[in-house]
Amino acid sequence: MSWFTKALNSSIGKKFVMALTGICLILFLIIHMVNNLTLFAGPELFNTVVKNLDGIKPLIRVIEVILASIFILHIFNGVKLWLENKKARPEPYAVNGSSKNSTLLSRTMIWSGSVVFIFLVIHLRTMWISFNFGEAHHSDHKYYEFVAKSFSDPVYSVFYIVAMIILGFHLNHGFQSAFQTFGWNNTKYFPIVEKVGFFYAWIMALLFAAIPVYFLFFYGGNV
Amino acid sequence: MNVEKLNLTLKIWRQKSINTPGSFVEYKISVSPDSSFLEMLDDLNNDLESKNLEPVAFESDCREGICGTCDLVIQGQPHGPVPKIATCQLHMRNFRDGETIWVEPFRAKAFPIIKDLIVDRTALDKIQQAGGFISVNTGSVPDGNAIPIPKDHAGLSMDAAACIGCGACVAACKNASAMLFVSAKVSQFALLPQGQPERYQRVQAMVKVMDELGFGSCSNTYACEAECPKGISVKNIARMNRDYLMAKVKAE
Repeated sequence: MSWFTKALNSSIGKKFVMALTGICLILFLIIHMVNNLTLFAGPELFNTVVKNLDGIKPLIRVIEVILASIFILHIFNGVKLWLENKKARPEPYAVNGSSKNSTLLSRTMIWSGSVVFIFLVIHLRTMWISFNFGEAHHSDHKYYEFVAKSFSDPVYSVFYIVAMIILGFHLNHGFQSAFQTFGWNNTKYFPIVEKVGFFYAWIMALLFAAIPVYFLFFYGGNV
Repeated sequence: MNVEKLNLTLKIWRQKSINTPGSFVEYKISVSPDSSFLEMLDDLNNDLESKNLEPVAFESDCREGICGTCDLVIQGQPHGPVPKIATCQLHMRNFRDGETIWVEPFRAKAFPIIKDLIVDRTALDKIQQAGGFISVNTGSVPDGNAIPIPKDHAGLSMDAAACIGCGACVAACKNASAMLFVSAKVSQFALLPQGQPERYQRVQAMVKVMDELGFGSCSNTYACEAECPKGISVKNIARMNRDYLMAKVKAE
C-alpha cells in the first residue's frame, strides 16, 4: 500500500473520509433543498426547473457519478468502521451504562444511517428512475403532477416523513462530528459549530418532511 | 456516632485465568457508608479468606486517585457513577441500602482479562513507547524561563498531562477506542516548544501502534470525556486528528 492509502486506512484516516464525504453530502442536501422548495411555488416553476436541468443532462450525469461515489464511500466506510469497532469489544458489559455518558443519537449513527440508506434506495427507485427514465420522464414535463400523485399515497408519504426525521438525527450528530474529526474543535468556535449543526439538521429535516406533509394534507393529492 | 450500615448485593465478575470463561458471582455484604469501594472489596476478601475461599482479584495502588491502577466498571460506568474520580475515590455513601451493584472488569479486545477484575493494560504502555516521550540530552538543570512558553499553552499541556493512563476512556467507549488516552499523550508535548522537533513523527507512530493493537475508532460520542477521572477534554482528540492530518499533508 502506498502511504496515501495507508493513511486513509488508519483509524483517523477512516474518520477523515467519513467526515469529508459527510460534509460533501451536507452541501449536496442544501442544493437538493433549494430545488425542492420550488415545489411550493406550484407546477409551473418546478416543471420549468426540472426541464432546464434535463437540458444539461451530460453535466448532470457527471455530477451524479461523483455524488454516487461520495455516497458509496460514506456508506462503505461507515459499515466497515462499525464492523471493526464491534470487534474491538468482543464481550459486552452486563450493565450498559452508556446512557449516562453519551447521547443516544451519537451511539446510533449506523442505525440512523441505515434508515437513510433504505430511504435513499426507495427514493431513487421511485423519484429518480421515474424522472430520468420512467413515467414522469415520458409525461411531457409533468414532473410536479407526478410528485403530487406519489405523495397522495399515505404509506409512501409517512415513510418519507419518518425517514426525514431520522435524517435530522443523523445530521445533528454528523455535522459537529465532522468538525471534531477535522480537528476544528476550539473553545471559541465549537459551540457555534454545534448550534449551526443543530439548526442545519432540523431545518433540513423539517423542510424535506414538509413536502409530503404539504401534498398529503394541504394539497390533498388533487391533480 | 452509630452509623447505619448498608446492606448490599454485589455481582462480581469471577474468572480464573486469561483463557477461561468467567461469570458473575453474587455476594451479600454489610458495609459502612463511610467505607470506600475498595475498602468494601478488602472487607469482602477478608471474609472470603477466613472461609478459605479464593479472594476477588482487583488492582489498586495509591488509593488517592493519582496512579491510575484501579480499574473497575461499576454499574456499567468505568470508575463508578460519580464523575471525575477514580474507583479508589468512590465511597459507599453513593449507593442506597439494598442496592445490587454490578462490578465488572474493563472490557476491550486490547485489554485481556488476567484474573477476575484485573486486565492487562500493557497495550497503553506500548503506545507510549512508540512516541510518548521527547528525546533530549539530560545535561545540567536549565535556567528557569529560558524557553518562553505562553501561559495558555502551558495550561492546556498540563491539563493533557493530568491523564493517569487508567484506560477508563477505552472502557467507556462503545468502540473500545483509546483515542482520548493517545491524544492526551500527544497533546502534552504538541503544546510545548520541547515537543516540536518530534511532533509529527510522534503522532504518526503512536496512532500506528494504537491501530495495530486492536483498539476501535472514534465515533465522537464523547463518552470518554464524561467518564475520565481527570476530565481530559475531547479537544485533545481534535488536536491529535489535526496533527495527524497535518503530518500527512506535510509528508513528514
